[in-house]
Amino acid sequence: MNIKIPELSLVLLIGVSGSGKSSFAAKHFLPTEVLSSDFCRGLVSDDQNNQSATQDAFDVLGYIAGKRLAAGRLTVIDATSVQPESRRVLIDLAKRHHVLCVAVVLNVPPEICLARNESRPDRDFGPQVVRRQLDQLRRSMKGLRREGFHRVVTLDGVEEIEAATFVRERVWNDRRNDHGPFDIIGDVHGCFDELVALLTELGYEVASDATTASHPEGRRALFLGDLVDRGPQTPAVLHLVMGMVRDGIALCIPGNHEVKLLRALQGRQVAASHGLTESLDQLRSEPPEFTKELIDFLDGLIGHYVLDDGQLVVAHAGLPASMHGRQSGAVRAFALYGDTSGETDEFGLPVRYPWADDYRGEATVVYGHTPVPEAIWINKTICLDTGCVFGGHLTALRYPERELVSVPARQVYYEPVRPLGTESASTSSIREPGELDLTDVVGKRIISTSLTRSVTIREQNAIAALEVMSRWAIDPRWLVYLPPTMAPTATTKVEGLLEHPNEAFETYRAVGVDAVVCEEKHMGSRAVVVVCRDVAAAARRFTTDRPSLGVIHTRTGRPFFSSPADEADILERVRDAITAAGLWDELGTDWLVLDCELLPWSAKAEDLLRGQYAAVGAAASSTLAAEESVLAAAAGRGVDVEGLLATTKERIHMVDGFVDAYRRYCWEVATLDDLKLAPFQILAGEGETYALRDHLWHLEILSRLVAADETTFRLTRHIVVDLANQSSIDRGVSWWQELTDAGGEGMVVKPVNVAVHRPKGLVQPGIKCRSREYLRIIYGPEYTAPHNLERLRSRSLGLKRSLAIHEFSLGIESLQRFVANDPLYKVHECVFGVLALESEPVDPRL
Amino acid sequence: MLLTISTTYEPATDLGFLLHKNPQRHQGVELSFGTAHVFYPEASKARCTVAVLVAVDPVDLVRNRKGPTGGESSLGQYVNDRPYAASSHLSAAINKLFSTAMSGRCKERPELVDVAMSFEVWLPTLPVRGSADLLERLFEPLGYVVTSTPIPLDTTFPNWGPSRYCDVRLTTTTLLRDLLEQLLVLIPVLDDTKHYWVGPDEIDRLLRRGGEWLTGHPERELITKRYLRHDRALTNQALERLLDVEDIDEVESANDNVEEAVERTISLNDQRIIAVVEAIRNSGARRVLDLGCGSAKLMRALLADTHADKVVGVDVSYRSLEAGARRLHLDTMTPRQRDRVELLHGSLTYRDRRLEGFDAAAVVEVIEHLDPSRLESFERVVFEHAAPTVIVITTPNVEYNVRFDGLAPGTMRHPDHRFEWTRAEFAQWATGVAERRGYGVTFSGIGPDDPEVGSPTQMAVFTK
Repeated sequence: MNIKIPELSLVLLIGVSGSGKSSFAAKHFLPTEVLSSDFCRGLVSDDQNNQSATQDAFDVLGYIAGKRLAAGRLTVIDATSVQPESRRVLIDLAKRHHVLCVAVVLNVPPEICLARNESRPDRDFGPQVVRRQLDQLRRSMKGLRREGFHRVVTLDGVEEIEAATFVRERVWNDRRNDHGPFDIIGDVHGCFDELVALLTELGYEVASDATTASHPEGRRALFLGDLVDRGPQTPAVLHLVMGMVRDGIALCIPGNHEVKLLRALQGRQVAASHGLTESLDQLRSEPPEFTKELIDFLDGLIGHYVLDDGQLVVAHAGLPASMHGRQSGAVRAFALYGDTSGETDEFGLPVRYPWADDYRGEATVVYGHTPVPEAIWINKTICLDTGCVFGGHLTALRYPERELVSVPARQVYYEPVRPLGTESASTSSIREPGELDLTDVVGKRIISTSLTRSVTIREQNAIAALEVMSRWAIDPRWLVYLPPTMAPTATTKVEGLLEHPNEAFETYRAVGVDAVVCEEKHMGSRAVVVVCRDVAAAARRFTTDRPSLGVIHTRTGRPFFSSPADEADILERVRDAITAAGLWDELGTDWLVLDCELLPWSAKAEDLLRGQYAAVGAAASSTLAAEESVLAAAAGRGVDVEGLLATTKERIHMVDGFVDAYRRYCWEVATLDDLKLAPFQILAGEGETYALRDHLWHLEILSRLVAADETTFRLTRHIVVDLANQSSIDRGVSWWQELTDAGGEGMVVKPVNVAVHRPKGLVQPGIKCRSREYLRIIYGPEYTAPHNLERLRSRSLGLKRSLAIHEFSLGIESLQRFVANDPLYKVHECVFGVLALESEPVDPRL
Repeated sequence: MLLTISTTYEPATDLGFLLHKNPQRHQGVELSFGTAHVFYPEASKARCTVAVLVAVDPVDLVRNRKGPTGGESSLGQYVNDRPYAASSHLSAAINKLFSTAMSGRCKERPELVDVAMSFEVWLPTLPVRGSADLLERLFEPLGYVVTSTPIPLDTTFPNWGPSRYCDVRLTTTTLLRDLLEQLLVLIPVLDDTKHYWVGPDEIDRLLRRGGEWLTGHPERELITKRYLRHDRALTNQALERLLDVEDIDEVESANDNVEEAVERTISLNDQRIIAVVEAIRNSGARRVLDLGCGSAKLMRALLADTHADKVVGVDVSYRSLEAGARRLHLDTMTPRQRDRVELLHGSLTYRDRRLEGFDAAAVVEVIEHLDPSRLESFERVVFEHAAPTVIVITTPNVEYNVRFDGLAPGTMRHPDHRFEWTRAEFAQWATGVAERRGYGVTFSGIGPDDPEVGSPTQMAVFTK
């Protein structure tokens, strides 16, 4: 016998002890697909035949089976299952996971079972046990089907068992190998004229008798149900859609109105409300064979479909991820009626819960059912019922293009019971599609990124980030990027230095990078600028309610400016410069995210400068001057302090260098004109993550931005170094030397091509090479003293490098997700991840 | 760091005998954190000066975690003033170099130890944390004349003002051993930090060095507190031993100013807890949330004084929750008690399913720590999703701030407050929330009710 089982199902092998269930299971299924009660007895009691462990063993078995079914894996239960109560538990489990349950009974003559048990010394129970089981099985057989099994198969005798084979069948809703392209159409409700108009708009050629249509590019329509009721021409709509389905030009899933119409047509008792009367009246003038055809059509509709490798799910009222591709009464009910609780609202309509707010699945879910004023994406789901029959629009979603196409209703055909868009439970989610849940960010997280396979965020890092994000960061809707940390060069052996460009060049040369760009490192504070062309663009793209042109935030997501007026002023300057440079149109965007350094350092860090750097400078200068004077006096008396005096003079020199170093990065900021914004990358705009374009493109575009407003912007100087050419490398080194001799912080060396992949992984996206004098601010005023420097050379860079790569990948990923219009939680997950990684304890001097 | 001590006692070079250090020689002594050098920049009959120069190894400071941790930036431990400013390092050097002198022994000239001499002390870089007159308050009662010049932070940026360091000269006539002991104790007190862990041993050290002069010092509490790194238990023990009393709290209460200042804050905090607990108790709530529970002070009152079956505290700060767990003694509760309490790490700007299904929520002195732009998220998380029947919110009434003496006009009560509202502003926000989310709301004040500016704390009780 060839036994057909659904690809995802729970299979119960039923049979008495000794009927050969385990060998049978081993023959037909993977070892991991089979859960045996004996094995579970062993797990909890070290004895596979310990009957007193049965309850615990079944708890374990049920737990594992539940995990497998939730993950969508076929599971086979190898237990006697001869009692209805033990089967009941498993059938309920299958239902809970919306999985079909199949019973396979192994009916073996008792003498064979007894003989098999006797040959096994570990089965020390007597023949009365097998007889009791046989009796229970016999009594179960008749009612087995009614217990809730999708299919019951009985294999009689050893030969039939021996000959049996299994076939795993795809379920009806599984159309994963159907890739479209589709035009998914929302609730039509008998609005034939609008349907024809929409199909025409979508490029379909509707047959002259309107009984079918076709698309020159082979596109297909996908109807989301509720074709019928309320509207003026239900039969005409049905003729067209049924014809398109018949000709393979369309797919159709049922809506609650089709289900009700079917029941009415089948002569069952239904309340003729919500527009059913109109349909029945209109259908009365159709020939009887059409009614028969219609009943067959409606009866054959599948509740929901999983399409395009599982990336697209369509269901009339939507479907949560745990129900995709599953089969059960609950799945069908959800797909037809949505997330209802049985309560009704003040209009007598069912209260529906905004399941889409909670949706965190990978598949895009397209649905209708609830009329909304406008089709809006909520967490990768979209409702296309724009209330055509109520005078709204008939809307289609082109897939995979994700473009919305709609035609207006010619008139109001039906007065809504409840005004459009006022449904209490779902209005909130329409107003704010960006809601975040704690489970989107906490706990150990593994985030897939396009650049590295995945980035793991440890739980304790997420804990630290939650506090920072909640207490200090700006509105997450504006926070689409946090800058990654950057590793310094490997420690140089050049005398008197910790960092030198040669090491950076060598690192890249060794992994086969041909060309690097050296960019001047500005000593200010990191600033990410999100700027829009106008307030309307900001409201549209960032869905925020407060009118503003954008935000400027720090590397940890805090507002850069304490005064909103200052922020607005700078944003206007940036916007105007982008306009003047013609970038909005050139790049085809009305928003941009820029990575910048804002100068001077003292503007943001004055407290740090005063409390830390200037204070150390003041204390050091005062003390060392005093020490020098008393040492000189003692030396003058002939006391042997010459060595100490010489050391002190050197220390004074180093401290002077330290004070000079921080002073260079400070100037008075009387007005905003004294601030300088130095952009070095255009991170993203509409439709593109520019951050992956080569650095020279960025520097060229940005030089035009700087030229447009030299008061506000400062140029990022750069030089390209050809790593195959020694004289080019030498030029790079001397460029760094000149830059740092003039008091510069140093430079950043980056592969021109940004993201360079090698078999060992992603190459560092940038390496910083800081100046000797600047590093006094980092390693302390006297770090250059030979005995100090020698000890500082042993610094370990591994963790910093790994963080730099992971944060870079997450940063790019968050931009890509934002550009792709992913839901807020998907973007926020990455941004939060960068912040979490930043809480990793790493030597802050690197 | 540097310290010089000069005397004009005749013959001044007797200082060398007292210190057991030869004026003609330079002596270096290794310490755990560097080297202490002793030498004499001048040594004549009329005037003799000894210099103590301590060279702290800055790299070693970091490597062996001898430096200060945390601070204003995580880089604080690498770029810091420890190698330069007078601090507990200098005290340790004095202790090491001059222990014989401090014990009052002098082999060559035993008679000198009990002679009061005129001294001039120079500390070119002495950190003074706290009020400007602290130097005088500490040294003048001991008979010193204080001359101090504040050191500017940076002469290039004069508007940055002075640093916390002063160039200090002290003159006095006293016994050398008293001078050394007083410097040894008071330098780290002025700096208000220590380079080593302070444990119970430190009390003995303090009493040994300060036994006599400290008992009568008007600033003995401040000195004791700072010397013992603000450890309350250690400070009380030390003061009890110092003053030879049983219970320092009674003695302390004699100090009216302190008591009043402390009483006032304690009572407002307590009154707030009493008012909130009463509101929750009156609601009859069985399942109660404390949102922003901090270190669980309110939770303890809720557990004790309401009929709640379950009190769940939520805070965004993991450290606060750890402190809360300690305060509530979660580890040692009986299982039945333990079942009544839960502490959750969470945030009020992320929706949190664990907060659903409660009867009441207390949100005490929390909203003013949220950025105004995040209040909408807060509203949805608390009023729409958690949505308990009763929500009690308290926040400062900014109008009352004029009644706080210590508060400069226009400043907020806590540096982290993002806003402080007038009664009208709070009422406007709360009424809007109530309308949008289907709650009724009543307002009241907590603390003394001033006819003009109201109470220091305002409370809104929302009921569904």
